[in-house]
Amino acid sequence: MTAILQAIGLSRRFGGLLAVADVSLALAVGELHAVIGPNGAGKSTLVNLLAGELLPTAGSIRIDGDDVTGRGNWRVARCGVGRSFQRTNLMPQMTVLENARLAVQARVSARGLLRTLRRDDASVSIARIALSRVGLAESADRIAGTLSHGQLRQLEIGVALAGQPKVLLLDEPLAGMGPEESETFATLLRELSRDYAVLLVEHDMDVVFAVAHRMTVMLDGRVLECGTPEAIRASAAVRDAYLGHSV
Amino acid sequence: MTAPILEAQGLAAGYGASQVLRSIDFTVHSGETIGLMGRNGMGKTTLIRTLLGLLPAQSGRVLLDGEDVTVLPAFRRAQRGVATVPENRGVFASLSVLENLRLAARDGAWTEARVLELFPRLRQRSRHRGNQLSGGEQQMLAIGRALMTNPRLLILDEATEGLAPLMRDEIWHTIRVVRDSGIAVIVVDKTVSAVLSLADRVTVLVKGGVVYSGSPQVLRDDVELMHRCLGV
Repeated sequence: MTAILQAIGLSRRFGGLLAVADVSLALAVGELHAVIGPNGAGKSTLVNLLAGELLPTAGSIRIDGDDVTGRGNWRVARCGVGRSFQRTNLMPQMTVLENARLAVQARVSARGLLRTLRRDDASVSIARIALSRVGLAESADRIAGTLSHGQLRQLEIGVALAGQPKVLLLDEPLAGMGPEESETFATLLRELSRDYAVLLVEHDMDVVFAVAHRMTVMLDGRVLECGTPEAIRASAAVRDAYLGHSV
Repeated sequence: MTAPILEAQGLAAGYGASQVLRSIDFTVHSGETIGLMGRNGMGKTTLIRTLLGLLPAQSGRVLLDGEDVTVLPAFRRAQRGVATVPENRGVFASLSVLENLRLAARDGAWTEARVLELFPRLRQRSRHRGNQLSGGEQQMLAIGRALMTNPRLLILDEATEGLAPLMRDEIWHTIRVVRDSGIAVIVVDKTVSAVLSLADRVTVLVKGGVVYSGSPQVLRDDVELMHRCLGV
């Protein structure tokens, strides 16, 4: 598989703290790559670097072979990177459809935006496709703030899909979900990984081991291990640093 | 039997016109560990907020040691020995670990030294600010700060959420230590198996009402109830 997203020797320093240290990874469409590790290992910082929200102190990021290092988040988004956040980041007073439609419009230039506004149905139809992909087609006209916690997390991904990305960066999308919601979400992740390159940061190990094709384990900003879920589960170093013995 | 530490009688509460809790009866006795369970949106956090005095009751009563505290503000209930570890941890971001602990201190068996013995990691990070801690360390600090008040009842709302597996194990171990020290505990958590193995009694909420209150073992064996009420 050809990598669509490549991080090469990525580092990020905050004062005296090296939050991400020389991390390299490659991600291809059709692949779900899970990044796991203890709290404070640098996982969210890595996602923020890949999404262009933080500038790396060293290293580079390529999307489809283009160097996008230092381009800023909205430019990286236009190169095809969509993301969800640890804490839900939506417009609660707007409808589900309006939330998704904003993401469609954010993808185009100012001139394109005017064109999109004129051709209203184009953006609406892209937004509706994104919503149906995450199982929210029936809820398109509901006010986002009235959705359940699980549905809000689905909408976050729907909004990311509405930006028509090739890469999805998902930061703890299962946080706060009950067992049933987690199961539904695992199915959704499996489906998405067929058509997108998905990078998943998550602590729910049942789901991670059920959906990941490859895994990277981070510790103190560095890559501790990278490999298949079977290899990661078998690694003594990963057990000691993160999994413990109950997983 | 002595009066329960905490009791809710016919408690109803909600937000504005929306009623979330419907006539809840709920008790916690001294030294008891209660698992408060239910799917998302069933009223667990609303019940906790109402018991703590952070949300007014629409009807019904809250009693502490048999005394009606329904209209007492949260800080008065805290002074009577009710402490909480809230869902968002509530750590003071600009204060150091030690400052976070010291501002909550009240006389009793739980001292700064004992809390730092329970959480050696906090000792290592004692001069770091709240916002420089990892999620797990913040959770330890929130629990440590609650213990510094020397409570008789500790309420933990989703204390293991967003934590790595190893850290989650550590938090469950800590809750056992707290329980074994004689403090009554109410625990709300998505990890059903952990709650069932820890609790002396469990209360299950569905749509703001109590549908089960009793032994965790009986609930665990009731496959239909587990599926219907907890989605397991």
